[in-house]
Amino acid sequence: MAVFVYAENINGVYKKAAFEAVSYAKAVADQAGDTVTVISVNPTDSSDLLYKYGATNVINIKDEGLKNFSAKAYAQAVSEVVDGNILVFPHTTDASSVAPMLAIMKNYSLITNVLEAPESQAPFQVKRKAFSGKGFMHAKAEGTGVILTVSQNAFGVKENAVSGSEEVKNLSVANEDTKVISHEQSSGKLDLKEAEVVVSAGRGLKGPENWGMVEDLANVLGAATACSKPVSDIGWRPHTEHVGQTGKAIAPNLYIAIGISGAIQHLAGVNSSKTIVVINSDAEAPFFKSADYGVVGDAFQIIPALTEKIKALKG
Amino acid sequence: MKILVCISSVPDTTSKINFTADKSAFDKNGIQWVINPLDEFALTKAIKLQESQGATVTVLNVGDAVTEPVIRKALAIGANDGVRVNLDPKDSYSTAKEIASVAQNGGYDLILCGKESIDYNGGSVPGMVAQLLNQPFVNASVGLDVNGAEATAVREIEGGKETISVKLPAVIAGQKGLVDEKDLIIPNMRGIMSARTKPLQVVEPTSSEVKVQGVSYDSVPARAAVKIVSPDNLDELVRLLHEEAKVI
Repeated sequence: MAVFVYAENINGVYKKAAFEAVSYAKAVADQAGDTVTVISVNPTDSSDLLYKYGATNVINIKDEGLKNFSAKAYAQAVSEVVDGNILVFPHTTDASSVAPMLAIMKNYSLITNVLEAPESQAPFQVKRKAFSGKGFMHAKAEGTGVILTVSQNAFGVKENAVSGSEEVKNLSVANEDTKVISHEQSSGKLDLKEAEVVVSAGRGLKGPENWGMVEDLANVLGAATACSKPVSDIGWRPHTEHVGQTGKAIAPNLYIAIGISGAIQHLAGVNSSKTIVVINSDAEAPFFKSADYGVVGDAFQIIPALTEKIKALKG
Repeated sequence: MKILVCISSVPDTTSKINFTADKSAFDKNGIQWVINPLDEFALTKAIKLQESQGATVTVLNVGDAVTEPVIRKALAIGANDGVRVNLDPKDSYSTAKEIASVAQNGGYDLILCGKESIDYNGGSVPGMVAQLLNQPFVNASVGLDVNGAEATAVREIEGGKETISVKLPAVIAGQKGLVDEKDLIIPNMRGIMSARTKPLQVVEPTSSEVKVQGVSYDSVPARAAVKIVSPDNLDELVRLLHEEAKVI
């Protein structure tokens, strides 16, 4: 029986998290000698992008009623086409809104924030993130049906090309309970949770007017920008950039923390980063204990200089 | 309007997380318990609706008697009454089942909760409750207004936000931004005193079914010692990131 995976798209374009979920599903399928079937809703991207990561079948749901996202209606649509015991979702906001509703509809177990390939499939057991990144849980599903959400940037995107085929399912799911009034999306801004490099700053920057140099560094690195909790509380930066225990949990390849002392709540949200660089004028800042590389000094001199050096490296 | 706010009792955000020697459970020794911070945004929003629209606010926790101080704190913040389902919950499903059961009997117009708890981070309970009750669900909400039988919710989406009208009753899961951090209510003496006499009903669980078991737990491995680079030698930092860590 195929492993199913939900490939999330935004305005028809697949997210990196979708490719990661397909890569994960392929690893699960390979363990059991199965194939991967992808479900997506109103994509405009080609299914070739999904075959590249191991999808053998792609079911494209076409439904004008699902043009706007509704967790309930999307769960209903996915439940109409899914036909397997294992269903993989990315742990994005939308997908992790659909997954719990679907788990109830199908009477399946739901394990969220999954980090690695399953430890066993019968019973289904897998490692997941818990305690806001301060610990791990090995979770076992009761029963046979299981839905997983894969933590972003944890498993990684892995190419594993197969030849696949596509099927279109025309549905018309009732979507009457919610109605989108307005939709604002800032174009060209890198999604913080998907970003492979994140440059983040804290109160050490002294004021919002100094964020230009953080953005300059982020631009040369192709990075997203983030901030500590006090900075978003004061209103220097929007809530959406707050990373930490009560903000966003991220797991980029490189996290650069500028003028952030490293409170335990901040570390909880960022300690899944693969490499951490801390830049702080206070040599006693606790963050240095959790960093791979550290620079003790004045951010206002270090950041512009570092930006120039990285620019030179990247040519 | 009747609002049900679901709160979870979680370790204080400054807690160091340890597990029992056999790694089979979270070690609760020495832990201070607080209202899950994301639930606190939902609770404060409910109190604001209580003030502006005369709503009644019931706070609900699924937990054993140890969680009662957290319910009392929610009452001190301003909830009208409290319900505790007498069950030490083992997973999101068992928690959601009990919440749905209380909600079904109470006829609430709005169910508010945080989008996830900061302990087990399931992020599953609100959506499960919505589906069990067959109600619409808005997750990651950063704004909410109620107008009669309809709510207008703002939800965070990747790289932006979306404003949605929702037919009530509905389940809304909030996060930071639903109310500002500065608007979070710190209980005053009057609130604390009145919380002592507010009704707190204890109900027995309806089911014991569990769908996910925590088999064992691990701590996060420590990183190797930090390599300190001189601010006068940023070429070395760039080299390390490029050649050693291979991240740029």
